[in-house]
Amino acid sequence: MLILQHLGRYFLLMIQVFKTPEKKSIYLKQILYEIDKLGLGSIGIVAFLSVFVGAVLTIQMAFNIDSPLVPLYTIGYATRKSIILEFSPTIMSLILAGKVGSQIAGEIGTMRVTEQIDALEIMGINPATYLIFPKVIAAVVFFPFLIMMSMILAMIGGWLSGLASGLIGTYEYVYGLQAFYQFYDITYALIKTVVFAFIITSVSGYFGFYTKGGALEVGESSTRAVVVSSVSIIIFNLILTNLLLA
Amino acid sequence: MIEAKNVSKSFGEHLVLDNVSVKFEKGKTNLIIGQSGSGKTVLMKCLIGLYEVDHGKIYFDGRNFSKMSMEEMKHIRQELGMLFQGGALFDSMTVEQNVIFPLSMFTNQSMEEKRERANFCLSRVNIINANNLYPSEISGGMKKRVAIARAISLNPRYLFCDEPNSGLDPITANLIDNLISEITHEYNMTTVINTHDMNSVIEIGDNIAFINKGKLWWEGNSSTIMTTDNKELNDFVFATELTRKLRK
Repeated sequence: MLILQHLGRYFLLMIQVFKTPEKKSIYLKQILYEIDKLGLGSIGIVAFLSVFVGAVLTIQMAFNIDSPLVPLYTIGYATRKSIILEFSPTIMSLILAGKVGSQIAGEIGTMRVTEQIDALEIMGINPATYLIFPKVIAAVVFFPFLIMMSMILAMIGGWLSGLASGLIGTYEYVYGLQAFYQFYDITYALIKTVVFAFIITSVSGYFGFYTKGGALEVGESSTRAVVVSSVSIIIFNLILTNLLLA
Repeated sequence: MIEAKNVSKSFGEHLVLDNVSVKFEKGKTNLIIGQSGSGKTVLMKCLIGLYEVDHGKIYFDGRNFSKMSMEEMKHIRQELGMLFQGGALFDSMTVEQNVIFPLSMFTNQSMEEKRERANFCLSRVNIINANNLYPSEISGGMKKRVAIARAISLNPRYLFCDEPNSGLDPITANLIDNLISEITHEYNMTTVINTHDMNSVIEIGDNIAFINKGKLWWEGNSSTIMTTDNKELNDFVFATELTRKLRK
């Protein structure tokens, strides 16, 4: 029952969020501001994690494929597949749900309890559109770039670790990365990324927007935003994989 | 003029406002007073449309606010300034950006014109050389004054203040009171102030409405409040030993 209540309120909020903005030029500036804050501000963590997870993936692949019948380039091929299909779009989105989701819910929740959202409403501004819409657009537009960057860096991380550990040479690894290449894998990853970006920003915006109380409740909203965004990402990952790959 | 007619509001089973009818006159500082929990904040939130009333009507210069569509309500709200208890300044914006914000949203003025207007409003509330500071870098009294500057930047017809001097020292509180009163008379606004500060009542109370147990209990002004024989009001106004001595 509670889930249905939340779902109903979430969809009603989304209707408010996608209403025509009061002044488009202001919203354009807001979108650029959010791209800087949510997108560019996440480059560091995404890059760091991608390089290291890519490195670990390659080493694990190398240790698991120990049959002399399996060609060495399979390590590069399997690393690429894992990175493009799952690691970058899904795992990175989960990381972003933690970072960006808590940031959004905390920011909007604080604005709610300090009456800043009421102030917007009193001015005749639709607070849902003003606060959530630019964040959703910024994430939907910029997260695909972040995820593509993550894919590249993870593959570089894999190459470096393969070389450093002596498990695979540059030629085999690069050959593996290029082997049986399917462009659809990228399309699939980016479709997932866009859906996850929407989930992270809209769900976090929802929990922030309906925060009640004080500092304690803002913290609770942030936690709930991260948990619900993460669970939704996992569920939608299965649905999208079934729809797009099965 | 703002008029509330037979306004009732309840939250679940709890009736907070019970058939309240009150008028707030133009060019005057209209005070809503009452104990904490008496319903005065709910009344103010009903007046500005943050709460929907269960029964009754609210008129802004004859326009029925409670029956308006969202779009019409938006237009009225652009004629309305609000000073929140904590100031409600936008944390991510500087003092100047806070004052410019409503101008950017609702006018087509150039940046130069908006800056000029913001500086005028800030100087009107005696804020000088603080344009580039963030709300976290200024004092509580300054926050309230910046919030007043933001509220008057669009030349509103109606000004609402929710406990404007709560948490301030007596000198700053008096300054804020006088500032609101001056601005009200200067721009001929309909100002509604929600307070339980007795200094404000005596200093700037052109019209006073006393809310008790969700009902309009008494109406008058800063002179008549001192001589009334209304028991509940006297209990509220002369609640401390000092005020009782002063009355004698």
